[in-house]
Amino acid sequence: MMSTIIALIVAAVTFGTVLMYGTLGEILTEKSGNLNLGVEGIMYMGGAFGLAGAFYYEKAAGAAASGPAAIIIAILAAFAAGMAASAIYSFLTITLRANQNVTGLALSIFGTGIGQFVGEFMRVSEGGYVALSNNLKEAFSATIFPKVFVNIPVIGNILFSHTVFFYLAIVVAVLMYLFLKKTKWGMYLTAVGESPSTSDAAGINIVKYKYLATIIGGGISAIGGMVYIMTTAGCVWNHEGLSGVGWLAVALVIFCMWRPLNAIWGSVLFGAMMIMYLRVAIPFIPTELYKILPYIVTVIVLVLTSMKNSRDKQPPASLGNNYFREER
Amino acid sequence: MAAEKTPLIRLAKRTEMKRSSMWMIRVGSILVALLLGCLPMILTATNPFSAYGVIIQGSLSRPVYLKQTIRTAIPLLGCALAIAPCFKMKFWNIGAEGQITMGAVAATYFALFWHDRIPHVPLLLIMAFTAAIAGGLWALIPAFFKARFNTNETLFTLMMNYIAIGIVAWLQGGPWEGRKGSQLIPMFSDSARLPTVFGVNCGWIIALVLVVLMYIYMNKTKQGYEIAVIGDSVNTARYAGMNVGWIIMRTMFISGAISGIVGFIIVSGANFTLYSGVADGVGFTSITVAWLSQLNSFAMIVISMILAVLEKGSNTLQTRMSVPASIADIITGILLFCMLSCEFFINYKLIFRHKENKEEGV
Repeated sequence: MMSTIIALIVAAVTFGTVLMYGTLGEILTEKSGNLNLGVEGIMYMGGAFGLAGAFYYEKAAGAAASGPAAIIIAILAAFAAGMAASAIYSFLTITLRANQNVTGLALSIFGTGIGQFVGEFMRVSEGGYVALSNNLKEAFSATIFPKVFVNIPVIGNILFSHTVFFYLAIVVAVLMYLFLKKTKWGMYLTAVGESPSTSDAAGINIVKYKYLATIIGGGISAIGGMVYIMTTAGCVWNHEGLSGVGWLAVALVIFCMWRPLNAIWGSVLFGAMMIMYLRVAIPFIPTELYKILPYIVTVIVLVLTSMKNSRDKQPPASLGNNYFREER
Repeated sequence: MAAEKTPLIRLAKRTEMKRSSMWMIRVGSILVALLLGCLPMILTATNPFSAYGVIIQGSLSRPVYLKQTIRTAIPLLGCALAIAPCFKMKFWNIGAEGQITMGAVAATYFALFWHDRIPHVPLLLIMAFTAAIAGGLWALIPAFFKARFNTNETLFTLMMNYIAIGIVAWLQGGPWEGRKGSQLIPMFSDSARLPTVFGVNCGWIIALVLVVLMYIYMNKTKQGYEIAVIGDSVNTARYAGMNVGWIIMRTMFISGAISGIVGFIIVSGANFTLYSGVADGVGFTSITVAWLSQLNSFAMIVISMILAVLEKGSNTLQTRMSVPASIADIITGILLFCMLSCEFFINYKLIFRHKENKEEGV
């Protein structure tokens, strides 16, 4: 029983890490008032380009390829892909004032297309199979803590057995929290998302904040796609597994109430709900039905927050609306 | 000094633009998109001309291909019609995927359990009717909360998609499973299948009738006018004495009902069975169809055909030139980006600093 629970938690964290990047990126984006529905596409691109980065690095370096270098290259490749994708979104919605919903959906279609294209193209051009060597695979799924810690009974596995990406995600979450709550720029960003016209009148450069938050946010989300491909999917392109993850991240943002620290436990909880059907069989409830649990929970949270109407638990007030200075 | 403070480029809203030049810009942006679509082909060493040639050939050159293309276009068109009134109202319904799925569930129920008791035509009518009700009710849930508590409809309708898909996945492996362990719902009997007209299921007739009906509804009726007013300004609608919440719910019900009918057409006209991927992204793609056509019913026929040609043609492209079929998604995405950007140039004009200085004689 104990070992089942531990295995469940470890698996939940593995999948939760993927969600955590997606969610954190989207929180930063939405804080600026941009509802980027393209997370699905961004994560596909992150996954495909992250894999491509690591794969071609190993191909170039041969036997000399080192794990940490591959990890860094994969992160950078995914981050760059995500930044490029959300730069398109930003240009269209901020500068050209296109509708955010439609632009986000377009980015979803475009990004999943690009991700699939790159993944498929790599497979075809490399003769049917793209995979990293076992050495590098090991590096992506290994923990950063020494064996001694992992071997501590119970908590060893729960706390110290995860990949480097999990700990990095926590660092990102904490930094984002500090940025939003403790720095001037974070406050400005929040103000932009709440009321662009007021911030504009106060002399804040709206365009700059929206661009930066959306582009960096997209980069962070993309890392999530890469983490999925390199850990859960075992370093091969797997678009079926990745589909829907981006949308789940959008749902999680609501569940977390736009707070980065909530994203840590929120994504592990959602991760648990998504993989629970593989690990524990609850009698009388069919597995397919509790796969939809995360979505039902999100709907309930969404409804409750709108009913309560409490001030601190609302989406950024301008979320989804573009700001036209000339239109008052 | 003053010149330095003027930004390099300023924007001004265009007051009026000739219809012809508006459509010139739009057609131009489609051409730009097709040019940009060459980029991924060139990067993967494929000749773009022959690639586009194969896409056209593989989707239109033979009656068989053309029929398949039309079969792809029907749900896109139907669903775009469903989405149009919501978007006109600025209610961002991205839950068509789920509404299609629930419509398909209702239709499948009658196809599976009543096909031996009800004759052909009444059975189809019952299937269509219940599909419409199921889709409408599914859409009504988020609409109710939007009207009552102003709950964010974009995120709500999105979540409803996954719940609907999950329900089908459960039916598929549970109560409606055909052969035990197959995870498949049995195929419909002949009496639950749509008849074909000119070799394509008669869904195309339903879709074309809906085009006309939706055009009349949006442009010639009081309800259509109310939707347009709410889309422009909720406050104006309130001052005019409209019951905004009621109109939102009514419109969403109609929208969901049409999506439900699309679900019925898909299961009884094309797949003849139900599975969790029944909507297959149609709900999302049709949003882009609706938006690209500027919510104009007749333009949707053209746009849905263009997207269907891309989708069908790129499958041929994959088998013939081993270019991944996802090129269709890339080109669709680029097409959307270009169409979205071109609206900017229709609505605004750019004023450059340099030009203005001359005008002022500085």
